[in-house]
Amino acid sequence: MLAYIIRRLLYALPILIGVNLVTFALFFVVNTPDDMARMQLGVKRVTPEAIQKWKVERGYDKPLLWNSEAAGLNAAVDTIFFEKSARMFVGDFGRAEDGRDIAREIGNRMLPSLAIALPTFILGLFVTITFALTLAFFRATAFDFWGVVLCVAAMSISGLFYIIGGQYLISKVWRLVPISGFGAGLEAWRFLILPVLIGVVSGIGSSTRWYRTIFLEEVSKDYVRTARAKGLPETLVFFRHILRNALIPILTGVVVVIPMLFMGSLLTESFFGIPGLGSYTIDAINAQDFSVVRSMVFIGSVLYIVGLILTDISYTLVDPRIRFE
Amino acid sequence: MMGFQAVVLWSDVLIWLLVAAGAGVGVMIAKNPPLLAAWRRVGANRVGMASATVLLAFVLIGLLDSLHYRAQLESKPGQKAVFAVEVLSVLDALAAPLRSRNEKTYSAPFATRLYAKETMDVPGKGTVRDYPRLKHGGQHLGEREDEVAEDAAMTAFKAGVLAFVGWLGVFGSVAAVNRKKSPKLKLREAAFAWDAVLLTLLLILVFAVPLFWLSGYYHVFGTDKVGQDVLYQILKSVRTGLIIGLVTTLVMLPMAVLLGIVAGYFRGWVDDVIQYIYTVLNSIPGVLLIAAAVLMMQVVIDTNPQWFSTAAERADLRLLALCFILGITSWTGLCRLLRGETLKLRELEYIQAAQAFGVSSWRIIVRHILPNLMHIVIIALVMDFSGLVLAEAVLSYVGIGVDPTMTSFGTMINNARMELGREPVVWWSLAAAFSAMFILVLAANLFADAVRDAFDPRAA
Repeated sequence: MLAYIIRRLLYALPILIGVNLVTFALFFVVNTPDDMARMQLGVKRVTPEAIQKWKVERGYDKPLLWNSEAAGLNAAVDTIFFEKSARMFVGDFGRAEDGRDIAREIGNRMLPSLAIALPTFILGLFVTITFALTLAFFRATAFDFWGVVLCVAAMSISGLFYIIGGQYLISKVWRLVPISGFGAGLEAWRFLILPVLIGVVSGIGSSTRWYRTIFLEEVSKDYVRTARAKGLPETLVFFRHILRNALIPILTGVVVVIPMLFMGSLLTESFFGIPGLGSYTIDAINAQDFSVVRSMVFIGSVLYIVGLILTDISYTLVDPRIRFE
Repeated sequence: MMGFQAVVLWSDVLIWLLVAAGAGVGVMIAKNPPLLAAWRRVGANRVGMASATVLLAFVLIGLLDSLHYRAQLESKPGQKAVFAVEVLSVLDALAAPLRSRNEKTYSAPFATRLYAKETMDVPGKGTVRDYPRLKHGGQHLGEREDEVAEDAAMTAFKAGVLAFVGWLGVFGSVAAVNRKKSPKLKLREAAFAWDAVLLTLLLILVFAVPLFWLSGYYHVFGTDKVGQDVLYQILKSVRTGLIIGLVTTLVMLPMAVLLGIVAGYFRGWVDDVIQYIYTVLNSIPGVLLIAAAVLMMQVVIDTNPQWFSTAAERADLRLLALCFILGITSWTGLCRLLRGETLKLRELEYIQAAQAFGVSSWRIIVRHILPNLMHIVIIALVMDFSGLVLAEAVLSYVGIGVDPTMTSFGTMINNARMELGREPVVWWSLAAAFSAMFILVLAANLFADAVRDAFDPRAA
């Protein structure tokens, strides 16, 4: 097991290097640091000196990949690639435009993101699996039909509508919870209810339909017929046999997402004014803070790869047939 | 007759290319019995055909909006013709009253007065603070302002009757053709779901004809902050949504098909390299990759203003760039599916027989493998569309979508984001944008389901 995990981690390394190269190319080769300086400083007051000053302040004045002026190892080290991209591997993300340390900022903002994302994830999973199981239990009835119709309609509605509509109805018309904001400690729950609720509702359509297909595929298998033939009641067949077996394909889609919960949700956080990583990213996009966006891209990829490894490990826990060779 | 100068935007080229490609694929399908049978199953699906009719109506609007021109300005005879800077489309010309009859600011649907009070000089009464009359909406009523409901209902009724009569003509001709082709079958028993198509057409006509008729007298969906008609914005948004949904798949399709088949067929190091590329791209969360790429594209566009002669061209290029970026982030899923299927196909006897006969690899791929992957490609195409339309709204809202000057569902929602907080509430822009998007996406989803059921009964 341990050997397997180590090997998977080693496989992940080339992929991370690839991600790093892609972001490097995107942020420094497509546009030169000079272009970025001109963009940031505004078109009017651009002098070569101002551009040079902007670059020196951020360490963008070095050569991209190879510093021919430096001696020995420094030729590779004293470059933009090493300073800005390679050092992300050790958790050094540099500074944002406002001068704050990005790594520390990310650490601070992870908790609010998790406070929204984790309850949304767990509650959403519970609600959609229950709903899908009910639909599959009453398959080929009017209830199932209208349930699926509802799902298709729900997944055709823009996610923005759920947020804007929910905020308007619950916070403005009914005045049940504050429209947006975030509080420290236990007081935070009043701010959390609405985003979590909206997150769960907006995900119901597509996930329920997906889980229902998985359950229905399971229903038509031989072991289910055997279970029925030996006289088990239908509820027992569903909860003992079908639910457990259907969990394997469901896991594939679900475990990958768990590490990404740290990233938060861009839309929810910016609408509800939650100081998490999602709103951090949006603010960075709007302020064109390239170093923050670059760091978030890298962290996102790391979390995705962690998710893939977790998925493989979770397989062995639920399905004894799968073994690591 | 005023002269005009045709303007061909890049997105126009691509969208008409898509129409041509669609026609080409249609001819190809007609020659391929299994594919034809699958499309016949789609044609027999009532829900599928009803949604296809709705989609066709949207596509028609989008195509009308994809023929651009610049109108000739008035000039003295003998002078060289001068053309307007503004790039218009055929749709703009058809909806000229909608485009040009702007108010001062917000007004509710069917309103005759503005949303906000203003200080006015009324002859005989001095200065009064009141809601001013609209310049265009309900102007024909004159003093009879309180008769809006009767007038609108009467006009709608007249237009509805006209639409119904028009529909009866269509219905009659379809029934006549059907009777000639198969005298014994009733229309609802025909192999093609004519009943669903005709019923949907009736609904569309009875809704759309009165709507456009009324829009000549009122602002049917109200006006937005700068007084522009919301219905006009909805019509313009359709093209943006269609381009995002269709051109993106067009961009990613060649890459996904080529790399997927090559990886699955040749295996070995080719497979390793291609798998590495798509794993790397897949590992970067989509939104962030799009955000990063769009930010970089913005810098390129801003530092090279000399590339674009008009604002329309700049917005158009940005739209296409967005399609490319979305395409590059979304080809990996299809590529993986195609690779897996090719791995299975290449072990089948008929492929091995072809290899034993010494048929070249490219010929095997084109003749024997590609046709057997078509169903996966078609399913992926229709399934992606609705997701892309929804994604455009979110991306434009976040500020990494289409150019802010380009009308789209996303920019409409973005501009209206603070309106629900006003007192009294300005709900019409948001309601109209969300409803139009809902109808488009719902139709696309239902059509995609019908196509998937017909091509891949297993997955239903």
